[in-house]
Amino acid sequence: MSTESTSAIGEVEGVEPPRRYDADHPAPVIEPPRKRTGKTPKGSGTNFEMYAWLFMRLSGIVLVVLVIGHLLIQLVLDGGVSKIGFAFVAGRWASPFWQVWDLTMLWLAMLHGANGLRTVINDYAERDNTRFWLKMLLYTATVFTVLLGTLVIFTFDPNIR
Amino acid sequence: MATPTLEKSGKAPEPEAGFADSPYITATFRIRRFNPEVSEDAQWQDFQISIDPKERVLDALHKIKWEVDGTLTFRRSCAHGICGSDAMRINGKNRLACKTLIKDLSPEKPITVEAIKGLTVLKDLVVDMDPFFQAYRDVMPFLITKGNEPTRERLQSAEDRERFDDTTKCILCAACTSSCPVFWNDGQYFGPAAIVNAHRFIFDSRDEGGEQRLEILNDRDGVWRCRTTFNCTDACPRGIEVTKAIQEVKRALITRRF
Repeated sequence: MSTESTSAIGEVEGVEPPRRYDADHPAPVIEPPRKRTGKTPKGSGTNFEMYAWLFMRLSGIVLVVLVIGHLLIQLVLDGGVSKIGFAFVAGRWASPFWQVWDLTMLWLAMLHGANGLRTVINDYAERDNTRFWLKMLLYTATVFTVLLGTLVIFTFDPNIR
Repeated sequence: MATPTLEKSGKAPEPEAGFADSPYITATFRIRRFNPEVSEDAQWQDFQISIDPKERVLDALHKIKWEVDGTLTFRRSCAHGICGSDAMRINGKNRLACKTLIKDLSPEKPITVEAIKGLTVLKDLVVDMDPFFQAYRDVMPFLITKGNEPTRERLQSAEDRERFDDTTKCILCAACTSSCPVFWNDGQYFGPAAIVNAHRFIFDSRDEGGEQRLEILNDRDGVWRCRTTFNCTDACPRGIEVTKAIQEVKRALITRRF
């Protein structure tokens, strides 16, 4: 650190070191991202964040059952992964029970994941613009996937040729 | 996840041979220096001093400032763990310099001392505390009541007092808030200290502003951003169960909304 010597020596005739900073021209300090000031906007007054938090906990519990069940059926039980084919999927989706299972899993997993990513974006995107566009991309992808999946589950036709 | 710490063993240093009578050891303090009037870069500087390991880190900083380098800058007021001025990151963990004994830091290795994170460093170990106190102000940390003032004290049962006893211990040193990874990334998060001080009034039976404070903490930057990493509980020099207090505010929000 230059504090111990340079300030003590002071100016030397003719050798004048290029001092960029002094008491009147201090170096820029490094500010933390988005610090709180008196002008920080107050909240929206809605319970959205609370519902999002609750949804993560509740959907998480349901997803543990749904996903582990799904993985067991698809990968472990009754011949494992080799049995999966068009016929296997068609057979399962003939039953309303598996339709509801897959539909619930699709919606819960997509919303759970999207909300998690929303949290990550809120945490790590520093500029307002970056945050906005990342979230728009996320919401678009989520809506597209959820709607497409729902459409397929409900309109699936096993007699396709 | 705890605050990353550099020291592993907590064993006491052996007294040097030949100086068995002397309590003094030679310890190296590696201090993060920043002086905007000289350079835009922060640098580590080593100071080797001879000191009694039963002394505190604050005593070592005093010794350095008074006997070695007077430009070393840090805050301290009471020097006895009450005013909360000298929170700093010692060996990678937020602590009060005045409550940390050198012998507990494995002084045979260099002891690192740097400013707390997430706040603007102004010089050496001094940070700009304004954003921290802004969050504190925003939760309205004062008694709010309706109606006429009583002519005598506002009485409270021992059980009612016990309910928020833990959070009355806060000394606003910012060790918890500046150990919080959410606060590092987004300084608009209220942070543990502000929530602890809101908790102190939300659960006070004499206070009637709890609903207002809950509404404030229900917001985007409020308690729902807490990721329960427990860094704050680990950092608190007063032993406040900070994460528990935050969770209690969350629970109060949920039970009062449904």
